[in-house]
Amino acid sequence: MNAQNNTAAQTKTIARTDLSVLPIAFAVLGGLMLLFASGYAQASVLHDAAHDQRHAMAFPCH
Amino acid sequence: MTKNLLTSAVFAGVAAGLIAALLQFVFVIPALLEGELFETGARIHFGANGSPESDRGSPGLGTEWARHAMTVGFNVVTYVGFGFLLLAAMAFAELRGLTTITSKQGIIWGLAGFIAIQLAPAIGLPPELPGTPAAEIGPRQMWWLGTLVASALGLWVIAFGRGVIALSGVILLLGPHIIGAPHLDAFWGVAPPELSAEFVTLSLGAAAAGWSTLGFLCAWFWTKEL
Repeated sequence: MNAQNNTAAQTKTIARTDLSVLPIAFAVLGGLMLLFASGYAQASVLHDAAHDQRHAMAFPCH
Repeated sequence: MTKNLLTSAVFAGVAAGLIAALLQFVFVIPALLEGELFETGARIHFGANGSPESDRGSPGLGTEWARHAMTVGFNVVTYVGFGFLLLAAMAFAELRGLTTITSKQGIIWGLAGFIAIQLAPAIGLPPELPGTPAAEIGPRQMWWLGTLVASALGLWVIAFGRGVIALSGVILLLGPHIIGAPHLDAFWGVAPPELSAEFVTLSLGAAAAGWSTLGFLCAWFWTKEL
């Protein structure tokens, strides 16, 4: 029973083709870039456009 | 079909961002716009005549469509960003053999994201209603960033650490609050405190809904047999 469960878990894991470090690293990088633009950068154009959203999301705004 | 980490995060982020934006327009933005009335002086709390009373009522969403479109757009950008990080964390946990992700488990991951990224920083730096001044932006951003990183690590250690190591997660969660967030040394907000408190709970509520939706959808898109 236990061995069967293990095999099932393994098959499921292997089926997810993205399960390696590279796409994970890409996702982290992409996520940080998007959040920098939407929540952190203080350039005034970005700040004004994102203003309401930053307040609503509890990002330090100005 | 290939299950792609990045496209799953984008689908989940766009959907969760739109849902979060909808919740914000119903609950959060009306309070924000009401706060702006006090910020600009259109309404005055504790007015010159010494009255502690001021009118209540949101001006409504108005007709600033470009402004509101930006809010929707940036919600989508933010939630796609959250989605990338959340799904990266899920995939990393699975890669290391720590867990097997299911869509229901995704809700827990989403709530953990809410706690680390929204709730923990908000304990020190509450979401700001317009008309409530706060300390310098630089130190606040530093504390905010440090807090969400420490809280995310803390939750990770509690979830996956063994034995006593798991306890060190508590220190990571508590640390930023013992250090304390930067604050002004005086109160000089012009908006009513009641409205400010409502704004805080409404925005955290919307974020909790957004994050749990995001967690579910990230896991669902990623693990779905298409």
